Amino acid sequence: MSLIAVPLAVMGGLGLVFGLGLAFASRKFAVDVDSRISEIIDILPGINCGACGSAGCAAFAEDVVAGKQRTSGCVPGGEKVAQMVASIMGVAGDPAAERKVAQVMCLGDYEHAKLRSRYDGLMDCRAAAGASGGPKGCTYGCIRLGSCERVCPFGAIKLNSQGIPVVDESICTGCNKCVEVCPRNIIELRPVSMGVHVRCRSIERGVEVKKWCSIGCIGCMRCVKACPYDAIHVIDNLARVDYDKCTNCGKCVEVCPVNVIVNQGKRIVIREGQDASLIQ
Amino acid sequence: MKELLLLFLSAAIINNFLLTRFLGHCPFLGVSKEVGTSFGMGIATTFVMVMSGIVTWLLNHYVLVPYGLEYLQTIVFILTIATLVQFVEMVLKKHIPALHRALGIYLPLITTNCAVLGLAVMAVRESYTFIETVVFALGGGVGFSLALLLMAGIREDLRETDMPEAFRGAGVALITAGIMAMAFMGFAGF
Repeated sequence: MSLIAVPLAVMGGLGLVFGLGLAFASRKFAVDVDSRISEIIDILPGINCGACGSAGCAAFAEDVVAGKQRTSGCVPGGEKVAQMVASIMGVAGDPAAERKVAQVMCLGDYEHAKLRSRYDGLMDCRAAAGASGGPKGCTYGCIRLGSCERVCPFGAIKLNSQGIPVVDESICTGCNKCVEVCPRNIIELRPVSMGVHVRCRSIERGVEVKKWCSIGCIGCMRCVKACPYDAIHVIDNLARVDYDKCTNCGKCVEVCPVNVIVNQGKRIVIREGQDASLIQ
Repeated sequence: MKELLLLFLSAAIINNFLLTRFLGHCPFLGVSKEVGTSFGMGIATTFVMVMSGIVTWLLNHYVLVPYGLEYLQTIVFILTIATLVQFVEMVLKKHIPALHRALGIYLPLITTNCAVLGLAVMAVRESYTFIETVVFALGGGVGFSLALLLMAGIREDLRETDMPEAFRGAGVALITAGIMAMAFMGFAGF
């Protein structure tokens, strides 16, 4: 009898003591986890892009609950996720900032931009940029090895047949990954409603630009004079669009002698205080 | 006193649990990617080793032996270790959440770390006294942490090294572990 009873009692007793001990410890060391955090994590895209400024989706959820992030902070999630986060938090929610999409600020493809050397190294833009500035004559332009295409979690960037990345704005979420990976900083996030872009980053003088690339900005100032809204300026030999003033009218595009300013044909945006009659 | 010191050194270096006895290799390969986390893992494992050494010794001497239940040693020891690991996990989650996240699955896996069970079983087999068991456990834990830290330091350097693709990751880690084990066997003198 005791052959069975004693071991059973010992094991049962030990189990009971350990169980009670753990139950007590779990009470004592309980961590209050807000259920809203896990609910928010569930609806976030979960790609941990960091575009919100927090260290990944879980950290974003914690920051929202702690009040350190806006409910509309998730950039890839956009309007839909912003509303769901706001409803979980039980607040009205602030309108999401206008969606931004990546714009590639270089047109120097194989046809227009000359090479100064051959590059046989690792097929990665950052590696090529490290090898004495890459194979391209223009050291400001796209290296055309597609690091941005590979880093995009959504497949929104594709190199065209000429090696220049093209962004599909309907897919791009503005997560910033391509912006970070590009060693030449030629990708920038721009409001999705804006459709006139100077697709060049070279701050060299016009002569130097012309030497290597037939489609780079030469800083001729013609666009500046043509703009009815004072929305484009040449700073350091490079025309730059002021997206707070630009109306998508496309006057600058018409006068550009090198065709480096591109009009995507987006809707005209007339802001408060701007005179619509300046463009017919 | 001299015997205790020798016992400590023996457990920590000469009969190192990881590199001479080959016990507990799961965290040795799993958590040795960064020095910071492997230090935390070493501390957690050392704590569990010492605590389980103490508790299992007490249980063995005051419960199992008097009732003639030595055959229950393995199951009782595992129960003890599992409880202690749960306890450590709760404490870490509450007080050092960053370390808790970094250790991840390897923390509950201390439960099945055979170095911990091996220590309890060896202490019984060698009929250590209570003090000896504590020193043995402490030595074992320190030795475990030492091996883990050495491994993490080497792997941090290896990560930046230019080596053939085939060796990267687990391959070179296992080769490194083998070479380290050979070096530690040198302490035993054969």
